[in-house]
Amino acid sequence: MSKNNARALDIKNGCIEMSHGSGGRAMAQLIHELFTATFDNSYLAQGNDGALLPQAGGRLVMSTDGHVISPLFFAGGDIGCLSVHGTINDVAMMGAMPLYLAASFILEEGFPLIDLKRIVESMAQASADAGVPIVTGDTKVVEKGKGDGVFITTTAVGIMRHDITLSGNLAQPGDRILVSGTIGDHGMAVLSQREGLNFDAPIVSDTAALHELVAAMLDSGAKLRVLRDPTRGGLATTLNEIAKQSGVGMLLEETAIKVNPPVAAACEFLGLDPLYIANEGKLIAICAAEDTDKLLKVMQAHPRAKDATIIGSICEDPHCFVQMTTKLGGRRIVDWLAGEQLPRIC
Amino acid sequence: MKYVDEFRDGKLAKIIAANIAHEVDPAHIYRLMEFCGGHTHAISRYGISDLLPANVRMIHGPGCPICVLPIGRVDQAIRLACDHGVILCTYADTMRVPASGKLTLMRARANGADVRMIYSTQDALKIARDNPGREVVFLAIGFETTTPPTAVAIKQARVENLQNFSILCNHVLTPAAMHAILAVEDGVQLDGFVGPAHVSTIIGSKPYEVFADDYAKPVVIAGFEPLDVMQAILMLVRQINTGRAAVENEFTRAVTREGNIKAQLLVAEVFELREVFEWRGLGSVPFSALKLTPDFAAFDAELKFGSDYIAVPDHKACECAAILRGEKHPQACKIFGTVCTPENPIGSCMVSSEGACAAHYSYGRFRGVIV
Repeated sequence: MSKNNARALDIKNGCIEMSHGSGGRAMAQLIHELFTATFDNSYLAQGNDGALLPQAGGRLVMSTDGHVISPLFFAGGDIGCLSVHGTINDVAMMGAMPLYLAASFILEEGFPLIDLKRIVESMAQASADAGVPIVTGDTKVVEKGKGDGVFITTTAVGIMRHDITLSGNLAQPGDRILVSGTIGDHGMAVLSQREGLNFDAPIVSDTAALHELVAAMLDSGAKLRVLRDPTRGGLATTLNEIAKQSGVGMLLEETAIKVNPPVAAACEFLGLDPLYIANEGKLIAICAAEDTDKLLKVMQAHPRAKDATIIGSICEDPHCFVQMTTKLGGRRIVDWLAGEQLPRIC
Repeated sequence: MKYVDEFRDGKLAKIIAANIAHEVDPAHIYRLMEFCGGHTHAISRYGISDLLPANVRMIHGPGCPICVLPIGRVDQAIRLACDHGVILCTYADTMRVPASGKLTLMRARANGADVRMIYSTQDALKIARDNPGREVVFLAIGFETTTPPTAVAIKQARVENLQNFSILCNHVLTPAAMHAILAVEDGVQLDGFVGPAHVSTIIGSKPYEVFADDYAKPVVIAGFEPLDVMQAILMLVRQINTGRAAVENEFTRAVTREGNIKAQLLVAEVFELREVFEWRGLGSVPFSALKLTPDFAAFDAELKFGSDYIAVPDHKACECAAILRGEKHPQACKIFGTVCTPENPIGSCMVSSEGACAAHYSYGRFRGVIV
């Protein structure tokens, strides 16, 4: 307990009040007792408006991501660890090593402190596991009804080696497309727990930080052209983005794309296509054909990509169509997601 | 996944495809209509046409519930939500069907109307229970498959005395639509039908016998999995080759001749035939849709709110009507893929993934493109 505050936060029964965002003593207490205490690192302990960080040699990569998921807690994770993994992965997909995180919270009046504590602890754990500290933050409170419990925006800064260039516009005809594992787990884990649609399915979100996997892939020496994490819109949408950016077509093999059976079953039941369902712990890699086997071996040897497969190749196509040979042996387009498939999944 | 993968097996597909290729008469063009949007979707999603000989042509039918909903019906729902302030509940795809004045239910929601997407009629009842001070209207759409769940909801609402619950009934009938297609003078030339899957689980195979007997059109009822569709095509080819016209059932794992009697009785208790109903594409078709019986009239939103149906013509350039009658292919529409896309549908066939235009756009538009 801080000596400045008469009573410690009542985590068990308390909830967020407008005063927790007003800049006064209540806010200081919340930051001190919950955020600083849980995230616990020397940068945050500086207690200033920003964190003073040591010099980093190399090019910097920066990325930011807002998290507005509903429900806040789901099988395999919660908005806390998701907000850490999501932004770390955005930096990692650039080929950079993430170093620091910033976190901004928008809290709704009345939100239980016990839930907030759970979320903050989950963030701290994810940050510690990833070795990427949360060095600065911000808290705002909105009136009841003006938010949905908690929204978290995180920003990550990373450093990139000079010999790496990854970009969505570098895919070339002949390159191979790899995916690090099963698809659709995160989106279906969230959907299966949504109010009004509860169904019991052993589906767990794949939310995970991928920077160590990326480091291993870069160390392999394979000629990587593009890395992307297929989050919103799923594998299909991300591949279409890359095809458009690079001005190429793609040819996929449906049989090479892995889907966990419970995810496949749930998708079947709800009429959804796993190709369009969000992932939070998977990546797509596009690599020169000659290095594909080498890269695949390195990926499969890493715990985050043991189910990695080669799902297709890049071809010339001025229309930038992503096409797929179906399980049945026919051909179809794998199009951009039209409209919304699942609202608020990350 | 058990009971699914077996019906999507690539090796079996090749065997059926080889049989079809072997058995077709090269001198004959086989024009087969898959009535249901579920079949249209399966054909496009699995690329079934790649496995068929060029002289076996699949023609998309009108069996997509939201595709056949005319603009005036969506307008009616929007008026209930906007003018009467009801909570309007509906299935997902319906939210995006274009209505008058560039509106959709989704845009009406953005403008402040209380429109809610639901997954089952039970969700609509729950909303009615949770909002006793508000009127809740379920926009009931669909063929015979979705009608029994609506009937269950109506009966439950009566038992619970849920006076704030009603439905805007747009339930339609498959055989009536098949009659309408065959009755069009100079309409589409057909050699046979791939008959409905889920609809037939309810109504059985018997109601199609008239098409074999009176119109000499073979009908093969098929499941919605790709191998079901391929097997049905093979069965149709065999009937056509031998000059037969019969109702055959490929979907024996779910469909009987009599259908689901319990569901039929339930529907008969709650609904009766409308004298006439306007379909998009087929126009006004007599006895082709359902309304609530006088006994359940208290749950009829049209009566409750004095909401009349006002017919509205389709967009001038939109060919949905001809596409729904099987007379035109989506690419024959001037605005297909340019003005009308899944993001900005002008016609209803571009909305649902079961719609002929959306299925072709999303899965097959690489065909016919000059690369």
